[in-house]
Amino acid sequence: MRYLTDRKRAIGNGSAREGTTRHWNMTVSSYGLLVLVPLFLIAFAPMIGASYAEVTAHFAKPFPAIVTALTLWMGMMHFKNGSRTMIEDYVHGYQRELFIILASVASYAIAATGVFAILKMAL
Amino acid sequence: MADVNRGNRPLSPHLTIYRLPITAITSILVRITGNALLISAALVVWWLLAAATSESYFDLANAVITSFLGDLVMLLSLLGLWYHTLGGIRHLIWDQIIALENVPAEKMSWAMLIGSVVLTALTVVLV
Repeated sequence: MRYLTDRKRAIGNGSAREGTTRHWNMTVSSYGLLVLVPLFLIAFAPMIGASYAEVTAHFAKPFPAIVTALTLWMGMMHFKNGSRTMIEDYVHGYQRELFIILASVASYAIAATGVFAILKMAL
Repeated sequence: MADVNRGNRPLSPHLTIYRLPITAITSILVRITGNALLISAALVVWWLLAAATSESYFDLANAVITSFLGDLVMLLSLLGLWYHTLGGIRHLIWDQIIALENVPAEKMSWAMLIGSVVLTALTVVLV
């Protein structure tokens, strides 16, 4: 039992009971992606249309590997939270929960697969 | 509840009849581009996985991503990525309680539309 009044426990949390946590998470990840996205384009875009040997050698280097893996991971976590906001706006009832679960699963699956592929080429 | 008589009572047509202001168009485009980037991410990750798997699998993924349709998807992804990035910057500016008035918000909308095309062209040329 914490020594808090009911009022103090409620303040700042709203009906979702997590306050502005998700907005803050989106803000933090958007600042991160603001730095990562231009770096990602420099690291990734030249490889489109390159040969197999060039691509595997490129992603074995630290800068392209780290930037690409970080951008994919951060991007998909940003997508997980952002798409949830959209789903909550447009979908209702049990379908809402289903879509949120599907979006989360897809986010983690794509992020993990991307990081795995980079690691396999890098190591 | 308030919606007991829904169905019979005339409703305002609002969204279907109202000409959307530029700020509304650019706002919904941020949401559309952000969620459409899922397709881009899936395609890029599939291509990376193919490159990490074998040369023959890479050749398949590379053929898809460098085909006419693949090029088109990648170009639109790039445009969407830049547009969504600029949209994010606009939100970060708004979070600082700056430029919330009509005129600066409309200026930022045009900056997003033009800026995303310019940045896409620059990326294609330079990178």
